[in-house]
Amino acid sequence: MSALEALYSALGALRANKLRSALTMLGIFIGVGAVIAIVAVGSGAREQVLRQIRTLGSNLIVVFPGNLTSGGVRLGAGVANTLSEDDAYAIEREIAAVQNAAPTNRAGAQVVAGSANWATTVQGVTPAFFEVREWDVAAGRHFDAEEIARGAQVALLGQSVVASLFGDGDPVGETIRIRNVPFLVVGVLDRKGQNPQGQDQDDTIMVPLAAARQRVLGVNRANPRSVGAILVKIRDGEDMTQAEADIRDLLRQRHRLQPQQDDDFTIRNLTEIVATRMASARTLALLLVAVAGVSLLVGGIGIMNIMLVSVTERTREIGLRMAVGARPRDILRQFLIEATALSVLGGAAGVLAGIAIAAGVAMQAGWPLVIGLETVVLAVAFSALVGMFFGWYPAHRAARLDPIEALRHA
Amino acid sequence: MALVETRNLRRVYALGGESVVALDDVSLSIEAGEFVAIMGPSGSGKSTFMNAIGCLDRPNAGTYALDGERVDALSTDELAAVRNRKLGFVFQQFNLLDKIDACANVELPMVYAGLRAGDRRPRARAALARVGLADRVHHRPTQLSGGQQQRVAIARALVNSPKLLLADEPTGALDSRTSLDIMALFQKLNAEGVTVAVVTHEPEIAAFAGRVVRFRDGRVVDDVRQTPRDAAQALAGAA
Repeated sequence: MSALEALYSALGALRANKLRSALTMLGIFIGVGAVIAIVAVGSGAREQVLRQIRTLGSNLIVVFPGNLTSGGVRLGAGVANTLSEDDAYAIEREIAAVQNAAPTNRAGAQVVAGSANWATTVQGVTPAFFEVREWDVAAGRHFDAEEIARGAQVALLGQSVVASLFGDGDPVGETIRIRNVPFLVVGVLDRKGQNPQGQDQDDTIMVPLAAARQRVLGVNRANPRSVGAILVKIRDGEDMTQAEADIRDLLRQRHRLQPQQDDDFTIRNLTEIVATRMASARTLALLLVAVAGVSLLVGGIGIMNIMLVSVTERTREIGLRMAVGARPRDILRQFLIEATALSVLGGAAGVLAGIAIAAGVAMQAGWPLVIGLETVVLAVAFSALVGMFFGWYPAHRAARLDPIEALRHA
Repeated sequence: MALVETRNLRRVYALGGESVVALDDVSLSIEAGEFVAIMGPSGSGKSTFMNAIGCLDRPNAGTYALDGERVDALSTDELAAVRNRKLGFVFQQFNLLDKIDACANVELPMVYAGLRAGDRRPRARAALARVGLADRVHHRPTQLSGGQQQRVAIARALVNSPKLLLADEPTGALDSRTSLDIMALFQKLNAEGVTVAVVTHEPEIAAFAGRVVRFRDGRVVDDVRQTPRDAAQALAGAA
């Protein structure tokens, strides 16, 4: 009997007991469906996070002033004024792996345009900022070098600010007042969406760093050139960890820190932070996969149970087949194929259900639907394995039957 | 050389600590072309003998040659091959598979002979035609009468052109008219050259055979040749 014929005959046997076959498949169906859904939803969420990371700018390291634990005194990162604009220029100039280093200041501010007003974040930036964040303008133009150098009162608006202050109108060429200081709107920024923390990155206004310091945020008396953060973009292919160490060494040197002194700055590698978050998500997914594994196990035992019943019910059939020339291995193969067909059909249906669930979740959450072919192949192959494993014992029992006894069976 | 030749065939069963001798030194020959009825009360050893010459069982002692080939010490797989090629079985309860049609039932021995579907189908149809069921090829067993089911079973037994047709109480589940019908079919097949052995406890059935072998307590106690009654005539007379 050819393999295809054996399969066809096995499907016929399963069709003969439709309800029973369907119920038997249920365990495998649920197990595989759960695995597929979990894996697909997990990859979708991961893809979503990766997309959000990309909106921050790739290969990004952020340096904040101050340190969470500085000597005996604990300071929050960002509250000190130990980081200066010149540190950023030094990082860009002296570390080869660094592509750009962008000093930036930010603060909340009330903004007025005509009769509308809006509380948003104002960031003082240099041209490097747009490189680091990979952020372009959607309308109007960037600041030019002269405007940055002189601290001109010009502004770029994020999409959410435009919507709040101008509705559908065109803000380019209009004048807005930030903390009562007039700024000319020269452009509108591209839409970025949410960052991985869920903040709206488009709710922001950018002005030249010098203008921010002198006109809006105020000059720090202790360190007139202090900045709130330095965003560093590392060149593609460079080692992020090595770059981080180089930045630390450079800043310690520039800040004249003795070896026993703690850093007076904090370095964050955003990619790492996200990687940590993903790792915890993976742990959860592993747990769920373990639960799905239990379901597959129970499904497999269900198949074994039904196959044992089937062997008993079909004892005379087995005897007859043996009488007309079936060898024990023919009988073994017949029942193994039936068990495997049960589990593979259940598994395949589970794959479809899992994809449907994942698609539903992805649609609700606005995630991309990510299902690898290897996941599907693996799931079907694994269900086949479950069928063969749990089908082996009943099939073996069938093959070992004595034809005389089997034919005499009621 | 006889088709079936047993020498001192012995089969002992262990039954609850006691050993029961089911066949006790049975030496019997069946020539090709014979129509033999094997009779005896239950427990006489006739079924054990049938299983032994049907290669469903192995004797504890003695020799058995089928069609010139020693088969008493073959492996399980080899016995399966012998049953497939040289033997055809007909049972009291027909033992047809309900889920498949008559044609597929008849194809079953050819499946295990390794024939491809395309080669099996015409042979199955021919076998069904030979037992008078050319018009029932695609009927399921449940859609056929008892007599028709037994004909399908006979077609199945014939389809691999066996040397010996073994029938165990083939009319036990049939009414007397249908029994005559089946016996007429066996006589027709025998006339066409098929060797037939029928196990029965009914003398009326044994009357259609050319030779009657009686078993008692595991031994052959009687072996007589007779002029068989013509089943086709009996059928015509009954009608």
